Formats: sequence, C-alpha cells, structure tokens
Amino acid sequence: MREQPPGERIKNYDEVPYGYSPEEAIFEAERCLQCKNPKCIEGCPVEIDIKGFIKFIAEKKFKEGVTLLKEKNILPAICGRVCPQEEQCEIKCIVGIKNEPVAIGRLERFLADWERENEEIEIPSIPKSTGKKVAIVGAGPAGITVAADLVRLGHKVDMFEALHQPGGVLVYGIPEFRLPKAIVFKEIDFLKQMGVRLFTDTVIGMIKSVDELLNKYNAVFLGTGAGLPWFLEIPGENLNGIYSANEYLTRANLMKAYLFPKYKTPIIRGKRVATVGGGNIAMDCARTALRLGAEKSIIVYRRSRTEMPARDEEIHHAEEEGIIFKFLSNPAAFHGDKNNWVKEVECVQMKLGEPDDSGRRRPVPIPDANFRMPIDVAVIAIGNSPNPLVPSTTPDIQTGKWGNIITDPKTCKTSKPGVFAGGDVATGAATVISAMGAGKIAARGMHEYLMNET
Amino acid sequence: MVKIKEKTKIAPNIHSCTVEAPDIARKALPGQFVIIIPDEYSERIPMTIADWDAKKGTVTFIFLEIGASTQKLAEFKQGDDLYSFTGPLGKPMEIKKFGTVALVGGCYGIGGIYPVARALKEKGNKIICFSEARSKFMLYWNEKLEEISDEVRYATVDGSLGIKGHAYDDIEENLKAGKKFDRIIAIGCTFMMYRVSEASRPFGIETIVSMNTVMIDGTGMCGACRLVVEGKTKFACVDGPHFNGHKVDWDIILSRRKAYLDEEIISQER
Ligand SMILES: Cc1cc2nc3c(=O)[nH]c(=O)nc-3n(C[C@H](O)[C@H](O)[C@H](O)COP(=O)(O)OP(=O)(O)OC[C@H]3O[C@@H](n4cnc5c(N)ncnc54)[C@H](O)[C@@H]3O)c2cc1C
Ligand code: SF4
Repeated sequence: MREQPPGERIKNYDEVPYGYSPEEAIFEAERCLQCKNPKCIEGCPVEIDIKGFIKFIAEKKFKEGVTLLKEKNILPAICGRVCPQEEQCEIKCIVGIKNEPVAIGRLERFLADWERENEEIEIPSIPKSTGKKVAIVGAGPAGITVAADLVRLGHKVDMFEALHQPGGVLVYGIPEFRLPKAIVFKEIDFLKQMGVRLFTDTVIGMIKSVDELLNKYNAVFLGTGAGLPWFLEIPGENLNGIYSANEYLTRANLMKAYLFPKYKTPIIRGKRVATVGGGNIAMDCARTALRLGAEKSIIVYRRSRTEMPARDEEIHHAEEEGIIFKFLSNPAAFHGDKNNWVKEVECVQMKLGEPDDSGRRRPVPIPDANFRMPIDVAVIAIGNSPNPLVPSTTPDIQTGKWGNIITDPKTCKTSKPGVFAGGDVATGAATVISAMGAGKIAARGMHEYLMNET
Repeated sequence: MVKIKEKTKIAPNIHSCTVEAPDIARKALPGQFVIIIPDEYSERIPMTIADWDAKKGTVTFIFLEIGASTQKLAEFKQGDDLYSFTGPLGKPMEIKKFGTVALVGGCYGIGGIYPVARALKEKGNKIICFSEARSKFMLYWNEKLEEISDEVRYATVDGSLGIKGHAYDDIEENLKAGKKFDRIIAIGCTFMMYRVSEASRPFGIETIVSMNTVMIDGTGMCGACRLVVEGKTKFACVDGPHFNGHKVDWDIILSRRKAYLDEEIISQER
C-alpha cells in the first residue's frame, strides 16, 4: 500500500498509509482463492465473512461488500487500520503459505473508506421497542459494539463516558497519524442516528453508582477499559519531564497538544525522548515524539526485537521513521538536574536467558554493565491495568488479581446480577478487536437476560 | 455543556462562577472537585467545588485568572455555555466530630474551605477559619465564612486586615501559644499548604492538605497528578485530593508544579 514517505510524515500528523484505490483493491481481492474451507475466518474474533466481502470487491460490488462486512463488524474503518491481522486472519490465509497472504485488513479498510467517502451511510431499520433499557459505561470499542448490537435488537441504549469525547483509547490513545479521529466520530454519529443516547462528562462511580444505574435500567454493561498506568517504580520517576504513556498520548491526541498553542494544553517537546516499553503504545509514543520535534526518539526495551509485543507494521513504521531502538536495556533510575528536570536515564544492560511463562526469553541483568543516556523527556509505556473506579464503588462485583472484573466468558456476566462487562476491563489491556468480540458476546448475553427477565 | 447562571468578580483576578449542573449538585460532597473545559481549545482545568445547592441544581466554584485557559474562562458571561463540566471527582473530605478544627484558606481555597467548614460545623465541631490574601481587598466570602464559623481570623501580607503576614504564621503562633486544634485543614496554593504542614508538624496535629497537582482526566487514567505519600506513588485525582500533609513528599510536588511555566508564557502570548 502506498504511504507517506518517512521523511515527510514525521513532520505532520496525517495518516501514514494512503489506502487502496478501487483498482488496487480489486487487484488485491482477485488474489483470494475463495477457499471452500476458508481458514481466515477462524482467525477473526468477530467471524467476519472474509471471503464473502472480498468476492464483492473483486466483482466491484462495493456496496454489497460493505453491507456484508458490517453485519459482523460495525467499526470496519477502525479495525481495518488497527487490528493485528498478521496474527489473526492473515496468518491463516492459504495464499500466505507460499506468498504474501491476501491483505485482508487493507481490503476491509478500503470498503469502509469507500462507503464513508461515497455513500450516504445507511441507518439500519430498528425493530419495535422491547421496552427494555440498558446503560453502557465507557464509550470505547467494547461499549460501542454492545450499544450497536443492542439498539438493533430494539432495546433503549444510554451510554455514559467519563471523558468529554467518546471513543476510549481510539480517541485518547491511538494517534491521529494511525487512526484519524474523524473516522471514529463518524462511527459514533452512526450510533447516535440509530438512537443511542450518549452522555459524556459522566464518571460512573462518582456521579452515579452502578446500583443507581440498575434502578433505572434493566441491565448495565461495563466497558471501562484498562486506564490505570503502570510506572517503573524506580528512583527519579517523578522528575519533571517524565510522563506515563497515557498522559503523553492524552495530551497529544485528545487535548491536541500537537496543535499548541491554538489548543491550550501544553506538552513538553523534548529533543531527546526515551520511551520505555515495546508494545504498540510505546511505538505510538515514540512516533508522536518525533512529530512533536524530537531530534532523537529512542525506544528503551528490556528484551530484544523478537520479543517486542508491538505489531510488525508499527515496528516497521517506527524503524523507517528513524526511531532508535535500545534493546536489552532496562531502566534502573532517572537522574535530574538541579531544577528536578530529567536529564539522564540509567539502564541496566540485559541479556536473554531461559524462556518464561509467556514463552518469551526472560531478560537477565549483566552485572556492572549499567550505562547512562542523556534525555530531556521520558515516557513510561509499560502497560496499564483496569481502572478501579467502578469496582471500588461497586463492592459486590468480583475482581481478579489485576483488578480486572471477572466475567463468564460465554455471556460476559459479572458476579453482580444484571451487570455485564467486557473488553480491557475484563481481560487487561488487549486489542480493539478483542474488545469488540467481547462486546458481541456481551450483547448476546444481555439480550438473552433482558428477554427472560420477569 | 453547562450554562453559567452567575459569574461575579469577587476580588481582583478572582471570580466566582455558578453553573446549572443538577446531577452534580445532588451528589457533591465537601472537598470534591470538578473538571472544566471552557471551550473546545482549552485545557481540562480542575476546580474545587466551593458551594452547591441541590434544590436549585447549581454548583459554584472560585477561580483565579492565571493561565491561558482560566483567562478564557474569565471572558465567559452569564448565560454562556461551558464546553465540558465533569464531576464530582475525588474523595470527599472526612467529616466527623473532631473537636476544634482550624481551616486555612488562601486564593481559591477560601472558597474551598467554606463547604468543609460548614459540614464540620453541622457535626458539632468548633470551627476556626484562617483566611489569607495579599491585601484586604483580595479577601472574599468573609461574611459567608463568619456565618458558619466560631471565629474567622484574617492574615494579609500588607497588614490591611487581621495579622500582617500569612495564615501559616498565625497558625504557628497560635500553636506556640498553646492553642489546641484537633485537626487542621488547608486548601490553597501548594506553598501555603506546605508551610501549614511544617508549622503543625512539631505539634503532631493531623493536617490535611488538598493537593492541586497538574491533572488531565481526573479519573486515574493519566497519572499526571501523581505524588509520593510515605514513599508510595498516589494519584491526587482518585486517591485524594486530600492527604496527610506530614506524609507527602513536598520537594517533588513543589518542583512538578513549575513544569509548564514556559509553555504557559507562549500560550498567553498568542
Ligand atoms: C496507545 C495505544 C495504542 C493501541 N494500539 C492498538 C492497535 O494498534 N491495535 C489494537 O487492536 N489495539 C490497540 N490498543 C489497545 C486497544 O485500544 C484497547 O484494547 C481497546 O481500546 C479496549 O477497548 P475497551 O472498550 O475495552 O476500552 P477503552 O477503549 O479503554 O474504553 C474505555 C472507556 O471507558 C471510559 N471510562 C472509564 N471509566 C469510566 C467510568 N467510571 N465512567 C464512565 N466511563 C468510564 C474511558 O474514559 C474510556 O473512554 C492500543 C492501546 C493504546 C493505549
Ligand atoms: S484464507 Fe486467504 S485465500 Fe482463502 S478465503 Fe481467506 S483470504 Fe481468501
């Protein structure tokens, strides 16, 4: 797929890949073998009829393709951009055994973009009201999916979001150059047109408890995500110039600090920015730092490239853009100047040892091999756990070791009657599509619950 | 969006603003805060709730015109809409019978101590408020505080009302003179809260401060508001904002507050 050249794109916030033209899409779609027993669909968490929509593209029936795609996935423009297809559907694709697999994600994106640009988006007909009301807490991918599925089954849906904009991580976390926010807002508009009511600025657990919601609604879905940032808990971590990934990305994306001073939220534009971590979030932070003018944007990761959990495409983009990778380096301390501004990160040099529980080789420190690197901003992107605000104000909801809400995997039911949960709040930080997959299961579980409720 | 019902300049650069927010008014408790975004371009600004009226459905906060976003806020008039208004946030202040409680308020914190003092008074505490400013004309809500307190003491830097100096000087002198307080609560600028904590430390009187660290979301998501309390990282937005002033690491807080000075200057120039 054609992309903005690296030298250009690090100077702007625009999307990196341009997307297929209709000709390119048809050409790619024709590579699909239309297998009798397609393997790709097995890898898709929401069971999209992949070969079906690809066939429509090959036949130039884009509209039919979109309709089929949207039966299973209401956010295709988003998933086509951010899903890890290389480990879901594309890895299973038969063509991929000998050649490059069919570019399923790019084709998905093509159809969704085509519809957005060319068609009046059709509002599906909503069945007669069931008289049931549901409250959805959190307007991220999980909540959005549940809302869309339940409203199409005739339930009345109200959605509550803590922030001033809906979208969850799609809006506050994932940067504009990877997922343009206009796309997310368009999808939310679509929900509203189907009759979902959205209440932003509403922190459940504070302004209303889950129990209060249950007084007004027949069921509640919790899709509050994994918003609690982890820190390294090492000396110097509270120096000025050290951000959690959430803070850094929220300033840059949600609050649009990249357009400072038009938008008033400041962000420190370091010349040498170190991002600690190896996941998608770390790649997003490091690439954001470049676009905010960093001369050197460095990823500090304690294992090696092979163990990095980020998507290949993201690592590849980061490499192309000139991000510097410091592998096998584990921060041990930050050192500051006399005004308490960070000026160095001290790392322990690591080597790879035996595989751990996750199957990845465990990094072990090399004695006496600490080194220091000059930096002026550091971003800690080592993970998040579920936001405790709702569980802590809902004592009868069971949570696990990481503060995750415990659910029945078949229905997304929690220990509290009438309350369902899914997405990152149940699994810990995962992916957009797995949150949507959980949303689908929850919607089915809730529908059944609502219809059998007396 | 919430509508501004009333906005008054109560002292130079200090405004009181009352908005229609019935759900928040019904839930608010003393010591909680809201997050405000004046218009689409502004920052998210945390503001202590200074008063509310559940019947009328209104919430009042006091703000100081200091940065670009609060200057924007100052331009708003009665009848205008605020882009975003979220609350109540944070844990409420502990309200029970302590005995004699000293409440220290400076700048926006004069408004901040008001609902706390009122609630503590209702629980049967003896209330002594310490209200401070640079000069007499920068004090506000004197009558409101006097109405609910057993005593209100004033401190002004120029000596135009009450003692000449700061409220923390007054606290310190009172303590040294053998005055007994069962609890001290301070709301206002970081330096004032720090000085109050230092003044009471030798006397071992539990001193609660209301941390106003930099914050973005206010729900525990960004960690910008982190501070260190007894060696542990805490988030002011969800673990606080109230902490024991003898246990917080002040050095870190005082330096973190200054982090955005340069940007603030650029932002105000445009
Ligand atoms: C920077 C970054 C990059 C990522 N990149 C990718 C990627 O490329 N591909 C991928 O598949 N996944 C990626 N992920 C992961 C993915 O975004 C998440 O797994 C997914 O968004 C989870 O969806 P969710 O609906 O469970 O939660 P979220 O998206 O976190 O949404 C939860 C929502 O609930 C709201 N909320 C929380 N508490 C309350 C409350 N008390 N009351 C009301 N509302 C509340 C939050 O404000 C938020 O809007 C990335 C994550 C981050 C942070
Ligand atoms: S596995 Fe590959 S070739 Fe087969 S149907 Fe799916 S996309 Fe087409």
